[in-house]
Formats: sequence, C-alpha cells, structure tokens
Amino acid sequence: MQISKRLFPVLMQQSYKTYCQRNNLKHIRAFVEKTLANTTLSDIEINQIVLAVDEICANLIIHSQKGNPKAEMEIIIECLPEEIIFQIIDFDASFFDFSAYKEPTITGIKKEGRKGGMGLLLVNSIMDEVEVVHRHNTNTWYLTKKIGLATT
Amino acid sequence: MKIDTQKESSFYIIAIDGDLDASSSIVLDTAIMEAIGRDEKAILFDCNALSYISSAGLGVFMSYLNEFEQQQIYSALYSLNPKVKNVFEILGLDQLIQIYADKQEAISRFNAAEL
Repeated sequence: MQISKRLFPVLMQQSYKTYCQRNNLKHIRAFVEKTLANTTLSDIEINQIVLAVDEICANLIIHSQKGNPKAEMEIIIECLPEEIIFQIIDFDASFFDFSAYKEPTITGIKKEGRKGGMGLLLVNSIMDEVEVVHRHNTNTWYLTKKIGLATT
Repeated sequence: MKIDTQKESSFYIIAIDGDLDASSSIVLDTAIMEAIGRDEKAILFDCNALSYISSAGLGVFMSYLNEFEQQQIYSALYSLNPKVKNVFEILGLDQLIQIYADKQEAISRFNAAEL
C-alpha cells in the first residue's frame, strides 16, 4: 500500500535523524512542527500530529531501544496532495507485531492506576492509518493523516 | 519543564511550566507524591505555562485519580491552552479529570462542593 502512494506527486519531503534519547523528543517535535507549519493545518491539528509522532518516538526510545543512547531513529515526512505520510524508522529493532496489540480501555487504565497505555491509543485516534513494516532488522512505522490541500 | 509549588489558603498549587513529556513527567509525578505526603486535600494544577503534554503527562494525572478519590483529595487543572486541553479531549479524559477555565473557577467548584 505504501508503494502505491509514491505514484502521487510528493509536494514536500523532509527528514530528521537523531539518537534514541528522551531529551531529543523536543527536537523531534520541533522538526515536525516546523515542517507542518507550511501546510494549511490548524494549530490544534498540527499539535495532534506532533503528538502522534512524539508518542511513537517515545515508545521506540523506551521500549524498543530500551534507552540505548547510541541507537538511531529517522523521521521522514512526505506531504502528498491529500495526505501526509510519516515514516518513523527504528534501526536494529526486533519484530513488533502490531496486529497482536490490544488497545486498553480508559476505564481499565484508570482502574489499574496505570501511567502507560495511552500512547498508541492517541496515535490510533489521531491518525487515519497506522502500520508497521519489519524488514532487515528495521521497524518502519507508517502514520498517515488524510488532509485537504497539504501545502500553501 | 519546571514545577513550582505554592500553598494558598487551603489549596496546594502545582504550577507546570514547559513541555510535559516522557523526559519530564517524572518531575510532576514526584510533586504529586510530595503533595499527598503532606496530606494536602485540595491540589490545583496551574497549567497556564504548560506548553505541551504527551501520554506520559496524561498518565501521571490518570494514575492518581483513584488515590485522589479514595483519600478524598480535591484536584483540578486550570488555565490550559487550547492545544493542551484538546489532548485531554482526544481520549475523553476531560470527562474524568476536572478542568476549569481559571483558578477562580477551580476554587469556586471546591467551595461549592464543601457546602
């Protein structure tokens, strides 16, 4: 599915590579926000998308790379005429079976007093499509947000 | 992110300044634990300078809801900017956590509940 999308003209592509460190999350957010500033999205929509990317990156840092400061990740943003595709590349990562992921409920999170569990819930609520492709020891997260005209 | 705490009458105010994300949420967690440890019964969160919140920040608030209820601790957030407030709304957390426009409203609701 992702390959077929390349048949449409890419209006803009930006990429950002950084180390898997929690302190870098603010730089990742700044990169996404700056890139989306050239679109017609509202401030609230941009913040939601920044949040979704931030959630995936935080998960990679904490769970996939387990705080390894030398591990790297890359974020690629492609603006197409009617959607924006975010690729978040987690290098040297073990297979993540997204199909096995079971969404928790907010009621359950409150009842258990859990601090975690809402990240992917937010991502699934904000994005129109979420998928993970595992290839050559790399997990690539594809987040797709459908929009009107992507760039001004 | 920076946390400032202040006692104002019956209220223990925790002011959050900056981005509340996976790298900083522990600071808020510690501040809430300290407030509970002080046996505070009315905790207000001043979010006027809270510029961003992720699930890590939401998780801190969610994780204390049961304890607040069990210990009859009043808690409320106020002065959230529209982007931050929207993040609470995405998953309906604004229905579980008391969120008010400003400090005066948060205090008024507490006083009304006390009557």
